Amino acid sequence: MAQIFPKKANLLPLLTLGASAFGFVIAVFLVWYYFSPEFTDVGYRPEQPVEFSHEFHAGQLDMDCRYCHNWVEEASHSNVPATQTCMNCHNQIKTESPKLAPVRESWADDVPIQWVKVHHLPDYARFSHASHVDAGVGCETCHGRIDQMEVVAQSEPLSMGWCLECHRQPELYLRPTDEVTTMGYVQPADFVDRNLEKVRREGIRPPTNCSACHY
Amino acid sequence: MDNRTEHSEGPNGHDNFHERPRLVKGGLTFNDITELVSYHAERKTPKAWFAAFAVASSGAVLLLAMLAYQVYNGVGVWGNNQPVAWGWPIVNFVFWVGIGHAGTLISAILFLFRQQWRTSINRAAEAMTIFAVICALIFPTFHVGRVWAIYWTLPIPNQMEMWPQFKSPLLWDVFAVSSYFLVSLIFWYVGMVPDLATFRDRAKGFFRKRILGFLSLGWTGANRHWRNYEKAYLLLAGLATPLVLSVHSVVSFDFAVSILPGWHTTIFPPYFVAGAIFSGFAMVVTLLVITRKIYSLENLITIDHLEKMNVIILVTGTIVGFAYITEFFMAWYSGLEYEQYAFLNRAFGPYAWAYWIMMTCNLVTPQLFWFKKLRRSIPVMFTLSIFVNIGMWFERFVITITSLHRDFLPSSWGYYTPTMVDVLTFVGTFGLFFTLFLLFLRFIPIVAMAEVKTALPESDPHHYEGDGQVASTRGRDVPYIKPSQGYQSYRGGSQSTPLSDDDENSSAA
Repeated sequence: MAQIFPKKANLLPLLTLGASAFGFVIAVFLVWYYFSPEFTDVGYRPEQPVEFSHEFHAGQLDMDCRYCHNWVEEASHSNVPATQTCMNCHNQIKTESPKLAPVRESWADDVPIQWVKVHHLPDYARFSHASHVDAGVGCETCHGRIDQMEVVAQSEPLSMGWCLECHRQPELYLRPTDEVTTMGYVQPADFVDRNLEKVRREGIRPPTNCSACHY
Repeated sequence: MDNRTEHSEGPNGHDNFHERPRLVKGGLTFNDITELVSYHAERKTPKAWFAAFAVASSGAVLLLAMLAYQVYNGVGVWGNNQPVAWGWPIVNFVFWVGIGHAGTLISAILFLFRQQWRTSINRAAEAMTIFAVICALIFPTFHVGRVWAIYWTLPIPNQMEMWPQFKSPLLWDVFAVSSYFLVSLIFWYVGMVPDLATFRDRAKGFFRKRILGFLSLGWTGANRHWRNYEKAYLLLAGLATPLVLSVHSVVSFDFAVSILPGWHTTIFPPYFVAGAIFSGFAMVVTLLVITRKIYSLENLITIDHLEKMNVIILVTGTIVGFAYITEFFMAWYSGLEYEQYAFLNRAFGPYAWAYWIMMTCNLVTPQLFWFKKLRRSIPVMFTLSIFVNIGMWFERFVITITSLHRDFLPSSWGYYTPTMVDVLTFVGTFGLFFTLFLLFLRFIPIVAMAEVKTALPESDPHHYEGDGQVASTRGRDVPYIKPSQGYQSYRGGSQSTPLSDDDENSSAA
């Protein structure tokens, strides 16, 4: 039988094996990481119509979150403040600032400001802010250090797996209800026990069934 | 003429089992078999092949167009409605999966039973399996409303932390059919390696030599190769056999696991498997009757082979008929009005026509094969095999649609009419099937040369006398069937005894 392939073709099986292993690893990394919300969604930071700084208002001025997002304890939807809320102060503060021109225009023309939504959950997943805030889930746990954000960015993936991690082990994430809006809250050393006690006392039963969010 | 037929005394005085009717006619030598099979893959592509390929591939394009249309517009382009949410797509899926089962039966189960007559048909039958399973897989993929989310049926760790429901037979379908496809493909390929090596050794062109050299994996036909090969083949046959039986059982669970009268029956798993073998063998007969004629394989795929397949069609057809009668009996015996109505509705309801087509094609026509004259007649078996497949398509249609369109609540009774898209999609799968089958005929050794050679008397060590001489003149006694075209130039053409069609029908030994 004639020799068809040169001797170095003996490397072919080894190369095939190596390439398949490499291909598998690449595929796992591509799909598990690069296609996951952790990569695609976290860090989303769109440009807003007004250069609103959470870092200044919540951080330096130390305003409570609920001054602007005032329905967060009662409604499913945590509202973006209306222009009225901005004008409570800015009808007297920095009235000439060019950065605030769109706010003044909105106020004068009675046209809402077109804020860009950062934390965007699909409509088939219903989320209630009130039920989480009232159970002791801090703003920081899901939204990150908003008080240090010049421009708001998404800090958590908001994927279903991420939600379920907390729903399955809430004691790792809960905090006392009066610390919900505290930024930079440090859990005490025995926080798991405290939280387990809180879960028992308040009867917190985070749902992990379909109908909780997807109806 | 030296009459070497059944159980004559062998040259060494023992009763040689291989002296039974020869599986290969015309006294073909090892070389003849190689030449005969290789000829078709090595000669210039005939015009008729291009013509057939053009027709078949336009069918495949039609299929693509229909699927694209359906995905873009939604499944509502099909005739499915609320009571009948499973229409033609599921019918076609079960039909194609069923077709595919004969191939593995021939290559695996008949191998375990040491049936040497499988050797000249197994390659084509396995090819048929693989192409039929490809056609089948299209339907579960596309009959879902959202094809782009179908990867959710695979148990892959994901950011939703969500897994498929392992209680659903539709998920078992995913595993059953995909592993069936993979195992069939591996089995087919492993069986092909020695033949690809034969092709490689005959190859002339630079690229042909290298491609075949790559695909034949360095096969040299060494003793050690053959020992491992035979073991691997036996193992694969042993693995494929439970697969054949379980895959179509799983497909039958799609129905049998539900609570619907007419579906919820414990007889379904074996009955579906019998039906699958029944329809699969019919398809093999349809294809091989044509292939052996066009590709001059009458000496390899003889009338005896076809007769044996017809016997299997008869046996499985009778099992299927038995199941039909059992179902009817059980409906009456159950005393359950829904069950009784479901079967009365089949026989006398709005789909009675489909039911009676099914009964005629599956229960009555195969019984003609009791007559030896009919099961050895090419035109009869060709016609019957097509009838069987029509009947088996209608069996799935009857089971699926008549059970759905009238069930527990009369307020949810409906009628199902397929749309043009349903019909053209089904037609398109035939296009895809024949596209693949034609490619197979063109490029792949269509008969397992290495295996057929083991069925020749010469490969039996007892064939030669002690002094190394051939025991008798090679079986010139068995009439050589003159090929309709082509390859006889390889044989020198002198020794053959032309055979008329009458002889072909009476050459049973």
